[in-house]
Amino acid sequence: MSYDSNWEVVIGLEIHCQLATKSKIFSGSSTAYGAEPNTQANAVDLAMPGVLPVFNKEALRLAVKFGLAVDAEIGMRSVFDRKNYFYPDSPKAYQITQMDHPIVGVGHMDIELENGETKRIGITRAHLEEDAGKSMHGAYHGMTGIDLNRAGTPLIEIVSEPDMSSAKEAVAYMRKIHSLVRYIEISDGNMQEGSFRCDANVSVRPKGQKELGTRAELKNINSFRFVEKAINIEIERQIDVIEDGGKVVQETRLYDADKNETRSMRSKEEANDYRYFPDPDLLPVVIDEAYVEAIRKELPELPEQKKQRYIKEFDLSSYDADVITSSRELADYFETVNAKCGDAKLAANWVTGELAARLNKEEIEITDSKVDAEAYAGLLLRIKDNTISGKIAKDVFEAMWQGEGSADEVIESKGLKQITDSSAIEAMVDEVIANNTNQFEELKGGKDKMMGFFVGQVMKASGGKANPGQVNQIMRKRLDA
Amino acid sequence: MSLDADAVKKIAYLARLKIDEADVPGYVNNLSNIIDLVEQMSAVDTEGVLPMSHPMDAVQRLREDKVTETNQREIFQAIAPKTEDGLYLVPQVIE
Amino acid sequence: MSDYHKKTIAELSALLQAGEVSSVELTQYFLDRIKSHDEKLNSFITVTDELALNAAKEADEKIKNGDAGPLTGVPIAHKDIFCTEGVRTSCGSKMLDNFISPYDATVVTKMKAAGVVMLGKTNMDEFAMGSSNETSYYGAVKNPWDTDTVPGGSSGGSASAVGARLAPAATGTDTGGSIRQPASMCGITGIKPTYGRVSRFGMIAFASSLDQAGPMAQSAEDCALLLNAMAGFDERDSTCIDKEVPDYTADLDKPLAGLRIGLPKEYFGEGLNAEVEKVIRGALGEYKKLGAELIDIELPNSGLSVPVYYVVAPAECSANLSRFDGVRYGYRCENPVDLMDLYTRSRGEGFGAEVKRRIMIGTYALSSGYYDAYYLKSQQLRHKISDDFKDAFEKVDVIMGPTAPDTAFKIGEKSDDPISMYLSDIYTIAVNLAGLPGMSVPAGFVNGMPVGLQITGNYFKESQLLNVAHQYQKNTDWHRAIPEDFS
Repeated sequence: MSYDSNWEVVIGLEIHCQLATKSKIFSGSSTAYGAEPNTQANAVDLAMPGVLPVFNKEALRLAVKFGLAVDAEIGMRSVFDRKNYFYPDSPKAYQITQMDHPIVGVGHMDIELENGETKRIGITRAHLEEDAGKSMHGAYHGMTGIDLNRAGTPLIEIVSEPDMSSAKEAVAYMRKIHSLVRYIEISDGNMQEGSFRCDANVSVRPKGQKELGTRAELKNINSFRFVEKAINIEIERQIDVIEDGGKVVQETRLYDADKNETRSMRSKEEANDYRYFPDPDLLPVVIDEAYVEAIRKELPELPEQKKQRYIKEFDLSSYDADVITSSRELADYFETVNAKCGDAKLAANWVTGELAARLNKEEIEITDSKVDAEAYAGLLLRIKDNTISGKIAKDVFEAMWQGEGSADEVIESKGLKQITDSSAIEAMVDEVIANNTNQFEELKGGKDKMMGFFVGQVMKASGGKANPGQVNQIMRKRLDA
Repeated sequence: MSLDADAVKKIAYLARLKIDEADVPGYVNNLSNIIDLVEQMSAVDTEGVLPMSHPMDAVQRLREDKVTETNQREIFQAIAPKTEDGLYLVPQVIE
Repeated sequence: MSDYHKKTIAELSALLQAGEVSSVELTQYFLDRIKSHDEKLNSFITVTDELALNAAKEADEKIKNGDAGPLTGVPIAHKDIFCTEGVRTSCGSKMLDNFISPYDATVVTKMKAAGVVMLGKTNMDEFAMGSSNETSYYGAVKNPWDTDTVPGGSSGGSASAVGARLAPAATGTDTGGSIRQPASMCGITGIKPTYGRVSRFGMIAFASSLDQAGPMAQSAEDCALLLNAMAGFDERDSTCIDKEVPDYTADLDKPLAGLRIGLPKEYFGEGLNAEVEKVIRGALGEYKKLGAELIDIELPNSGLSVPVYYVVAPAECSANLSRFDGVRYGYRCENPVDLMDLYTRSRGEGFGAEVKRRIMIGTYALSSGYYDAYYLKSQQLRHKISDDFKDAFEKVDVIMGPTAPDTAFKIGEKSDDPISMYLSDIYTIAVNLAGLPGMSVPAGFVNGMPVGLQITGNYFKESQLLNVAHQYQKNTDWHRAIPEDFS
């Protein structure tokens, strides 16, 4: 970041997370993504006259599950309210949400900072609400088209405390929440499809100032990359405004990824009086301890618990454990590999190393990996039993990724088996020494650097298949001779 | 008058109701009278009384998470003022 | 020609079952009556001749096959607030003048299932907001007892049609007295059940926590028959109570000896027409003869029910009516220049003055800075009003008094004065705020205009109310009186 250290940044996030239900929060319409416009909008979703909402059981269960996963107070009696505003994607012209009595109260989420420290981010609340429809601008002879398929999709809005002090922290927090909701299977977290998006409240203040600066709300950011960029650009903008003697206005701003700028959304600001009141079509949602406890029992091992276990049980570094537990699928992958190859460190190195790099490069998820955990373990076993070197293993992995078969098949068909026969290696070493007598004299004379040269030459002569450890050993023997 | 013309216009705007200028005084008068009537409530002390938003002390019933609806777009859009390609059309929304 | 219009549903049902008249004949009879008489009343918005005759044919088949219920083949009218599939459902508003509902309200579905034939949709105050049926986009409805006067509202079309016997019965809805007050003014019997007893699905919402549908008919017995079909759980309405529906005709003949009737002093005070009071006292005398005990009670906060109602109902309606925005159905203004223009003109042109007034009051009461003083306060007072009833029902079985402070007023008399209009519901509103069941029963006349006796019961005591009303009707003839021009 380019701003100087005289400024302090305060960020709070409101994350909207779509709950993985089959039907909508208040109607029996499907929530499946990608249907033809308005084919999944029934009378309730369209706010036809006289229709009424009935609350989806599963949405409640998933919201409570989230609350338990962030160690939050659960609202034993939560109430739905109407938030009034006119907008074409909001067919009732009010959104059913929860104001004073949300389903999830105060909780928290810990994030890992770059310096290795842990920071606790407060969660103020998380409430149930319905999503709006989608507006398609521009087309249709200058008119806007409205698709209400998404209207009524269940969401939880997770509101954080303004506890984050940089865009990086905000992203770390968002990633943690993202990973959690997928871990506990309350959401698919699909950001392209809008299942997981956030609003960021950003303000700046001179270092040491107690009171918060005026905040701007950045709306609907739907990727980790954009969150970081949007917040940083907004921080710069606010500092510029203040340094130029201006004042930051409390407003809603939209991040334009193409121009990498934020701009005021005055249209949404007009007459911002939502006139909340309890929805008389819905009754208070009352749950008991037994209900909550039953859901608590369903909770899987949470990422943080898993991470601590990996550190303890497998002696993994905090960093590796963090990376591996960043998604439930990755952790599952790791555990399968580890179970089969029996070497946690090796498994961790190769999962966070070669595999992660490959997934990253191809921009795919672990679930779409072209080499499954069983096959990957098969590769690591060959490293472990010295059949191949780590270097060769990379080539084998590449071949496996291209669909050329299992590790053993690739090693066999390409003849990549490591040469461990000492006499064969000795012969190669002697030949290399014979061909490079001058260099060997230099090495003997104390030029240790030449050791690398010889090992390299032998490896080259063996086509990379000689066991490098053995080559080293034999060279030492020749030197001492 | 408990409400003036500006207040009435602001409320009408919030409620998205176009009120002809000529009708404003009538609304000012009527709405003020209604507000005066409503103001009678302030005569009673309600300190500590729980608000009652529902006549019955019942709790919300829960619906099974099942898809029960089928596509009825054609039927719904047959009564719509303006649609195209399955979308409801409104004048350009500027964000 | 038989005088079918002089017969109650119970009587018509017997004729149908006995094969003395077919549903088609009966339906045609009432369609003809509507055709020849409704010009004077304007009680119907839509008459559904063809649908009615088709349904009647089906009903006749059922009767012939022996799988008919007590209501099979009986023609009635629905208030135009209930959505009816394939039929215009206007709610008395220009906003929905072009709205052909794609679905039926649960009440309509249940009536259909009981074999009831729909004659058409009755006129009403726009979005049920009014006490005189003068706010309808389709023009004022007239009282069959004097066509210069109002029929009451908001279910004025239903009350007028049944009063004039253009339909043997009709459905209505009651948010602040909209079944009971017009029933009183048109000389018919109507019951507003306990909140949650009848599904609100497909019934266009005015004030969700107050609205309740009920039958409007010639007698308590008919109301019982109709309520048997209307009441019951509906999974599409979260506020509909999952509680067994008793047979409302079962207790009709119970004797009333020992019945404790509460008379709230607030219902007999200032503002009550002395002649109306005399009629009510007469009815109470009748109950005394039947063995009931009259007990003076107090409902100390009932005086605030009108102010409380005019926060609660407008607040809820301001949000309920936001969906009418010209986007997906209903009225849309011509050539909107932008989105704001589309909203403000569609709504400004589509709603009438009273609806706009109430939306604005509700918007104001909920807006920031006023919520506590108005909305919250009203909710707290609602609690107090409700508690008054709770206390009263410790001491009495039912509460009685006048349904309205006066008989029907002249058309136009109160239309420029919302407050005096609102006060005509002064005795009925508290019942809605508490969610209790209430009835209005014809109890006599003042200057040739009907007077209704209001009977209020405890939660889910509809059977008792109907019993109490039926016993009175067995001993009086007020409910059988028909206006001369329609006899």
